[in-house]
Amino acid sequence: MSGLSIFDVAGRAMAAQQVRLNTVASNLANAQTVSGSADTAYHALRPVFETNYPGNQEGSGLATVDAVEVKQSTAEPEKRYSPTNPLADKDGYVYGTNVDTNEELVDMLEASRQYQNNIEVLSTAKSLMLKTLSIGK
Amino acid sequence: MDALDSYLNPQGAALSLRNKRMEILGSNIANAGTPNFKARDLDFASAYKAALNETDVATTQPLHLASLNSTASDAQTLYRVPVSPSLDGNTVELHVEQVQFAENATHYEASLQFLQDRLQTLRSALKGE
Repeated sequence: MSGLSIFDVAGRAMAAQQVRLNTVASNLANAQTVSGSADTAYHALRPVFETNYPGNQEGSGLATVDAVEVKQSTAEPEKRYSPTNPLADKDGYVYGTNVDTNEELVDMLEASRQYQNNIEVLSTAKSLMLKTLSIGK
Repeated sequence: MDALDSYLNPQGAALSLRNKRMEILGSNIANAGTPNFKARDLDFASAYKAALNETDVATTQPLHLASLNSTASDAQTLYRVPVSPSLDGNTVELHVEQVQFAENATHYEASLQFLQDRLQTLRSALKGE
């Protein structure tokens, strides 16, 4: 038995998907914010997923996933001409975000589906383990 | 001891391999969204055959226990060939994995049932019912 069980695998994958859902929520919450310059504009957050092999051994077959870092999207923020906005720069422009709400919604659906899949793995494994425990009764 | 071993071993080895395969498929599902992750699987038929044919370590004393099957943890895992490869290099196809996982869970339960039946048979024989 290695240090990692199927419960750890599914549990950590769920934590990673949770990070992904968090970034989606943050991105959607900030989708309409405006800012006075391109640098300070809100940039969409993106988690980086990385496979994690227990003990760095790929052969064991076990592989979980970690959200190793959260990066900012490098897409250009939306530039709008809005001279009456108090945040506008000297040329009358404000900078929106580079959040693409359609993309975020698709991402949210995918994250939630994969979260559900991991729950399914967890509950199947759990019920099989419980049945195995009661063997011979 | 030997007779008991050979009576229960086929189901025991099957359960252990099924458990191993469940871990592998669970890992695939966990990594469904990880770029460049390559899905793996276990060839159950050949792994099972290997587990049953495995030569035991030498037992020089009658009280030595037969070796536990180590094959289950050493079984070679193979890479899955995706039906339709995706752009991010990930070869996990959730529908495939879900079907395999469900199939594996059912087989696990079947093996468990067979093992239970054998134990029940043994108990009946012992009690002389």
